[in-house]
Amino acid sequence: MSSMVDTRSPAIKSRDDLTALRDSVKSRRSTYKYTAYVCGGAGCVSSRCDEIVKALTKAVEDGGLDRDVRIVVTGCIGLCAQGPCMIVGSREAGDKGDVFYGFLTPEKVAVIAETHLKGGKIAEELCYQDPDTGRRLPYTKDIGFFSQQVKIALRNCGRIDFADIEDYIANDGYAALGKVLFDMGREKTVQELIDSGLRGRGGAGFPTGVKWQSGMNAPGSQKYIICNADEGDPGAFMDRSVLEGDPHSVIEALCIGGYVIGANRGFVYVRAEYPLAVDRLTAALEQARQRGLLGENILGADFSFDIEIRIGAGAFVCGEETALMNSVEGKRGEPRQKPPFPFQVGLWGAPSIINNVETLANVPAIINKGAEWFASYGVGKSRGTKVFALAGDIINTGIIEIPMGMTLRNIVFTMGGGMKDGKAFKAIQSGGPSGGCLTADHLDVSVDYESLAAMGAIMGSGGLIAMDEDTCLVDTARYFMEFVQDESCGHCVPCRNGTKRMLELLLKITSGRGALEDIDELSELAAVVNQTAMCQLGQTAPNPVLTTLRYFKDEYLSHVVDKKCPARICRALAVYAIDPGRCTGCTACARKCPVGAITGEVKKPHVIDTEKCIKCGVCKDTCKFDAVNC
Amino acid sequence: MSTTQQHEAGGAVHCTGTEEELEKRVRQLAASYKGKEGSLIQVLHMVQSVYGYLPLHIQQIVAEELELPLSTVSGVVSFYSFFATKPRGRHTIRVCMGTACYVRGGVSIVEALEKQLGIQAGGTTEDGVFTFEIARCIGSCGLAPAMTIDDTVYPEVKAADLPEILEPWYGN
Ligand SMILES: Cc1cc2nc3c(=O)[nH]c(=O)nc-3n(C[C@H](O)[C@H](O)[C@H](O)COP(=O)(O)O)c2cc1C
Ligand code: FES
Repeated sequence: MSSMVDTRSPAIKSRDDLTALRDSVKSRRSTYKYTAYVCGGAGCVSSRCDEIVKALTKAVEDGGLDRDVRIVVTGCIGLCAQGPCMIVGSREAGDKGDVFYGFLTPEKVAVIAETHLKGGKIAEELCYQDPDTGRRLPYTKDIGFFSQQVKIALRNCGRIDFADIEDYIANDGYAALGKVLFDMGREKTVQELIDSGLRGRGGAGFPTGVKWQSGMNAPGSQKYIICNADEGDPGAFMDRSVLEGDPHSVIEALCIGGYVIGANRGFVYVRAEYPLAVDRLTAALEQARQRGLLGENILGADFSFDIEIRIGAGAFVCGEETALMNSVEGKRGEPRQKPPFPFQVGLWGAPSIINNVETLANVPAIINKGAEWFASYGVGKSRGTKVFALAGDIINTGIIEIPMGMTLRNIVFTMGGGMKDGKAFKAIQSGGPSGGCLTADHLDVSVDYESLAAMGAIMGSGGLIAMDEDTCLVDTARYFMEFVQDESCGHCVPCRNGTKRMLELLLKITSGRGALEDIDELSELAAVVNQTAMCQLGQTAPNPVLTTLRYFKDEYLSHVVDKKCPARICRALAVYAIDPGRCTGCTACARKCPVGAITGEVKKPHVIDTEKCIKCGVCKDTCKFDAVNC
Repeated sequence: MSTTQQHEAGGAVHCTGTEEELEKRVRQLAASYKGKEGSLIQVLHMVQSVYGYLPLHIQQIVAEELELPLSTVSGVVSFYSFFATKPRGRHTIRVCMGTACYVRGGVSIVEALEKQLGIQAGGTTEDGVFTFEIARCIGSCGLAPAMTIDDTVYPEVKAADLPEILEPWYGN
């Protein structure tokens, strides 16, 4: 793995060097019978995949399998819910393909090494279990989570050693850069991107080729290209998976972009919450420099380019491109007035192009395989694939990449495996604080930029959070409003004061003091903030409120008119009562109640004085007989 | 950033050394970035990992060395939530309250920690061991609810696990 790189790391001075290296690495690798891809994504790191790697390495050594089995520690394989996990690829598997093993332990790894890697028989009892049928499904091609994916941006995630540039090169890494520098040139590259239909994956969906064309045509001797790795939407972790699992694809894309627009410096702005991504990207940049893929006269061409990392400091608004540029300059991350647009006046006043991590990760693949191939996936104006992060009350949480146009139902139930604990699906949140909540009625809608926007949600960056029947959507709206209120930079009045007032109203409603007029005021304010805020943070902030008002109006009415929270989430609206049929009179709750609101004789049902009750929930937590209702 | 840090017993400072030594290191560090465009935020990150937090007199040193007005430095420090102007605990606990973690019960983790540590989110324990903060998504949404202590991520946390999770951190 990575330690070997230093001893044999010749500089790559030409396209021929690159091809030769690719072929030699490939042929070296072709001798292995099995490749064990052990997930070293952030999720699996936290589930202690280091112990899995150790156990596997030992089992392979002890079993004398070194020549047959290659162990690769990869970026995110995707199925975080079953981490630590690994995929076993076999030279001789034919069209059956890869085998997936989840919920690994060192003991299980020993069994897999013995049975599968040594004995050649799949350790079926350790394979993925279908949540519906209980059947073991060894092959990824049979597992809903994997089988429908098309991996373009994630093509290397879970397939290569993120720490080894040679592994990237063996998978055609930096070949696209060579193609652009020597075969295609600037104009053709831009045209290829335009033809591919690639649009920004950071939220706004602007056509990437058109953006690069503006950058290319902008006058100026100093230009910059920036990668937006701020990934601020809560519930989103696609970009970190790319950065941590395949950092070179982003580096290569920045080189290509730099060449096309005429920039010799690039920046990657990574949020401070991602130290692992920073570490891996830093190491990858160092390797690229060592090999001459960053620096002067890259691949022998008349092109010099280097990249710096800038670490954020915990401000959501810095994901907005102009705020981000202020932050890269070391200033307060307040958004700038647009126009002028960044391609005209960007970083330090120079023409600058900024793209999201996932957008960039697509670029080398498009250059290598062509616009037509990329555009063959997707629907309408949404071409290609999109990476989504599945989270919330869903069984298969993790990262998926799918062709655009798939239905939400397919995502939630086939890939996501349905809802946890047998609960009913209630809503799905797409697009973070700028997005919206959709209902079961929308499950058959196609997931693409246009269809989602038509329903009031947005594609956003790709965070999808599934919510079950126990979720209160009014509380969810309050949650997002609190988020944007917290993160509003305070620069413009509509965002600063408008969201504050909206939050006040939502707090009033969730605490049972709401009136019907409050709902009206909420919708009016939503419209005002949407139309008058300066940047998109403010403009889109009302979306969670607007969609919940649109699709879950009944729930608002229950809070306001009946003073009830149907999902029993809003504590202030809870009315605690003891079920006399279940209460054994053990007195535990009465002793714990901090305000003495519970009375009753020993061994007889107790009662709660609702006047005194402060709804702290201690009685409910204390009761061993599930006798306290709220 | 701060991955491995040394700590003075009981103190909130992230590197060992006397006040004078620490200030000197801050000054040297800042001076080495003099004239480098746009490095203020990166310098503040490093200074914070040396000194532990960014009180006014430290901001003053940074301002002098980078030849920036103090108001610029303070403006940046106050804008970003990662920069602290009050002493911090030896370790920082961040409980995620991003959407996925909120939906999966992050609130109960926050409440349980507040009880266990005897402080509200945003505070530092009296013994100076922990600063406890709320995070807005740490990117472990697939394993919600999640929390971190310094750079260690704890997935699928249950309130009952907290004593066991915190225990090893008291000693170092
Ligand atoms: C409040 C706000 C936060 C944003 N956060 C991000 C982010 O975290 N990552 C990102 O790539 N784009 C984010 N964007 C979108 C960027 O402004 C910009 O459109 C994007 O980086 C452009 O790259 P793309 O064309 O490749 O999508 C955000 C926008 C707003 C208004
Ligand atoms: S929402 Fe908690 S880690 Fe993302």
